[in-house]
Order: sequence, then structure tokens, then C-alpha cells
Amino acid sequence: MGLFDLFKKEKKKNTANLAKERLQILIAHEHADKSKKSPDYLPKLRDEIVQVIRKYVHVADDDVNVNVEKGDDFDVLELNITLPESAK
Amino acid sequence: MSKVIVVTSGKGGVGKTTSSAAFAAGLAAKGHKTAVIDFDVGLRNLDLIMGVERRVVYDFVNVINGEATLKQALIKDKRVDNLYILPASQTRDKDALSKEGVESVINELKKEFDFIVCDSPAGIEKGAFMALYFADEAIIVTNPEVSSVRDSDRILGILQSRSKAAEDGKTVKEHLLITRYSPDRVEGGDMLGMDDIVEILSVPLIGVIPESGSVLQASNSGNPVIMDKDSEAGQAYQDVVARFLGEEVPLRFIDVEPKKGFFQKLFG
Repeated sequence: MGLFDLFKKEKKKNTANLAKERLQILIAHEHADKSKKSPDYLPKLRDEIVQVIRKYVHVADDDVNVNVEKGDDFDVLELNITLPESAK
Repeated sequence: MSKVIVVTSGKGGVGKTTSSAAFAAGLAAKGHKTAVIDFDVGLRNLDLIMGVERRVVYDFVNVINGEATLKQALIKDKRVDNLYILPASQTRDKDALSKEGVESVINELKKEFDFIVCDSPAGIEKGAFMALYFADEAIIVTNPEVSSVRDSDRILGILQSRSKAAEDGKTVKEHLLITRYSPDRVEGGDMLGMDDIVEILSVPLIGVIPESGSVLQASNSGNPVIMDKDSEAGQAYQDVVARFLGEEVPLRFIDVEPKKGFFQKLFG
């Protein structure tokens, strides 16, 4: 470091602000990941629902769609069943 | 009604044990019968911070395994009435803490104590999970530093989803405790400010402990830093205890102290 560098007014970087921004982005991201994760019971729930429906109508495995969506203070369990046309 | 309070952080080295020791000693000094449990099985240190390392005969795991009674394992503090310490075991057996075992010890403590402070180990492994599982309230110890804040967020997520309270559809009351705070560095823009940390974690603040040499001096001598009534850190912990007990106490030591001039130093 030269003598003159001592007198150079270095522009102070505000690293605390940078830290805050990085954390806010990261944490928002991590929370989003977590809420996307569907509950462990979902596959079993889906199987059992298919079995119940099959008691009455024949549906193929991929005719039943189970989905969980997270809201702010509630979760929505979405069920989509495509019935065959002949079923009455 | 007795209360179980976990002191946790996710990240290591942020001041959980220092805070547990100070907080428990502070509660006891205010006349509440308090037990503090070291959950760091394998790496016990609360005994050392509290200066009772030479009085450990039986430990937490001994009690769980029925090798000693709780009464035999609890170490009564000689400085503060109402304060008892349950040291961790030094076993390397990771499964030494069973949920049932921990529950029975906590239930037994609840019969006699007003407050049960659980000093959590770092990480999110079994020991940390056990320390928080039975908690009614949690003190999240956080340093003004990115990795500590992130880990605190993680541990908050675990408290909200996997604690017993969460399983029962209740919530653990959370308190944020910021430690190793340097107002100078915050003002200089080099350190996250307390408002920023509160905003990121959105947990109510119970106190700010300034970075202070007296914390190391206290641990060197095995005295909870809260007993050092002249130190800023000790006073800040006193405030934390008061706030926890419902008093309204303004924050201290959070602003840069005005620089004293030469004459002020001479005569101040």
C-alpha cells in the first residue's frame, strides 16, 4: 500500500444492507421450497381414494389427480377425477 | 404452572450456553425455582460455564436410564438459591436421549420447578430436536451475521412444525435474542442491525446483548455473566429476564456511545 492510499477516501460499502438483501431472498426461496413439498401421506391417500372410487366406477390410475396447495393460513386439497363417459 | 423454555439457534457458537446459564440464573435470582438442562450429549459444557464441573456425579442420561434419581443428578447452585443444573452426559451414544426418557424427566421437573430451561446443542440433529420438542417457549439466539440468521430461520421452521406444541395444534411462543451486537459496526454499515434481523425472522425481540469482554471473563471463571452486574452484557441479560417475566424494560446498549473528548475522559 502506497503512502497516498492512506489518504484516499475509500467509499465505504454498506455490506450490512447486502447481507439483508441476500438473506431476504434466500429465506423467501427456502420457505417457498418448503411449502411446495407435498405431505408424505399424499401417495397413500391417492391410492385409497382410487380404491373407493373403483368400488363404483372403473377409473384408470391416471384419471385421479390429488394435489395440495398451500395458502397463507389454509391448505387446499384438490381432487380431480375424470369419470369414463359410459359411467352412470 | 411451570414452563419449559428452550434456548436454541441452529448454528453453533452463537451463545446458547452462555445465554442459558445467564437466563436461568436470572430467573432463579428473581425467586423462581429454575432448573437448567444441558442437552448437548457428548459435548457437555453448561457445567463448565456455570462453574459446577467438579460437582458432576450423575448426568441427564443416568437419570433417563434409571441409574440415578433426578435428585441425585441435579446440582444445586451455591451462589443463587432456587437454581439447579442437570448436566449432559459425555456418552457418545447418539440415541441416549429417548423421547419417553426426556419426557419423564421434564414431567418430574415440572412438579417442583417454575421454569425448566433447555440448553440446546447446535445443529438440527436429535439432541437439538429433543431440547425443543417439549418447549412451551423458545429463545432463539442469533448473531448479527448471515449464517446465524439463516440457521435461526431453519430452527424456527422446526419449532413451528415438529415440536410437541405444533403436533398438538398449539404454538411455541418465540423470542429473539440477539447476541454479540456491536452498535459501532452496525452504524458503520458492517453489521446487520437489530431491526433488520427482526424484520427477516419476524420474531419479537426479547433482548440485545452487546459484544463484551465480560462474557469471556465470566466463562473463564465459571460465573454466569448475569452475575457481573457492572458489565453491559450482564445488565442486558437482566433486562431479558425482566422482559420474559412481563416487565417493560427499554433496550439498552444498542446505540453508539458518544465519543468522549480528552477532557471528558479526564474528568468524566
